Amino acid sequence: MTKVNIVVISHSKKIVDGIADLVSQVKKPDVHIFTAGGTDDGNIGTSVEKITKAINQAYSKAGVLLFYDLGSASMNAEVAAEMFSCGLVETADAPLVEGAYIATVESGLGKSLLEVKQAVEVTTRRLKTSE
Amino acid sequence: MNLSVEDVKRWMHVSNQKIQENKEYLSELDQPIGDGDHGHNLGRGFEEVVKKIEREDYQEIGALMKDVAMTLISKVGGAAGPLYGTAFLKAADEWKGSPTITEELLIQGLEAAVEGLRTRGKADRGEKTLIDVWVPVLDYIQKNDVQPIELKEIAKEGMQSTNGMQAKKGRAAYFREASTAHIDPGAYSSYLLFEALYESVNIEEGAHD
Repeated sequence: MTKVNIVVISHSKKIVDGIADLVSQVKKPDVHIFTAGGTDDGNIGTSVEKITKAINQAYSKAGVLLFYDLGSASMNAEVAAEMFSCGLVETADAPLVEGAYIATVESGLGKSLLEVKQAVEVTTRRLKTSE
Repeated sequence: MNLSVEDVKRWMHVSNQKIQENKEYLSELDQPIGDGDHGHNLGRGFEEVVKKIEREDYQEIGALMKDVAMTLISKVGGAAGPLYGTAFLKAADEWKGSPTITEELLIQGLEAAVEGLRTRGKADRGEKTLIDVWVPVLDYIQKNDVQPIELKEIAKEGMQSTNGMQAKKGRAAYFREASTAHIDPGAYSSYLLFEALYESVNIEEGAHD
């Protein structure tokens, strides 16, 4: 069964590499995580080209869910998602680390793109308010 | 005020000059409340814009503006890329197939651009963003027979109005009250774009300023 794949976007390459490492502990071999960290020349920032490349790599029939960090990351994620004409690309309004982790779990359970997105947004909000 | 393909090209050239001249200042405005790269990011973007449009022979404005937008989207690392990119892309849709931007088309293009900026940035007036320049400029061209110098002045007032505002959007919002003591860097770069528009049509009309 094709699962929803994940793209994590950050201003920093180290952040997304760390998240990919962390999420690999979930051990869902059929859920793939791709990263878009930093600018094209390796500085702090976000790049539509990098995000588009990650979406292309991540693309599956089940779709792709995007996570982002500060400022321009959300806008560049939206621009890249809109330019992707095949559809089935969504952005999640959730913290990067918890969001990517929960999405991997949910996708591993075979949930659809919108179910994964909703589960991530609801769960991370609940985690925040229960603190 | 009608704009031909050549006028729009000149507008982009003058915009690039202004951004390059003010690169340090724009980044300086961005330093205390953001990541301090607005001028350099935008400078890199506009340098590429000028290179790109130099090489092409455009028959209509839509294709020209689309190239401007896509270059900014791919070459500017910070928030200015998706914001200006989206604004110009929306305007390009309105100007598709037109060899000249008439005043009516200018209004349509700016309406679409402002709509794009609002959607992308989720910002409204009074939140210390470039919207505080674009919305008054749009209001002005919707209600008046456009005089380029007045358009520039309206943009300037909008830019200056962000000094004293508390930021509600972007990274600057994290600074709460500490964000008030500056002009918004995006508002300043937007002012430069409208100042460039004024100067590029003024050259054509005989530079009587």
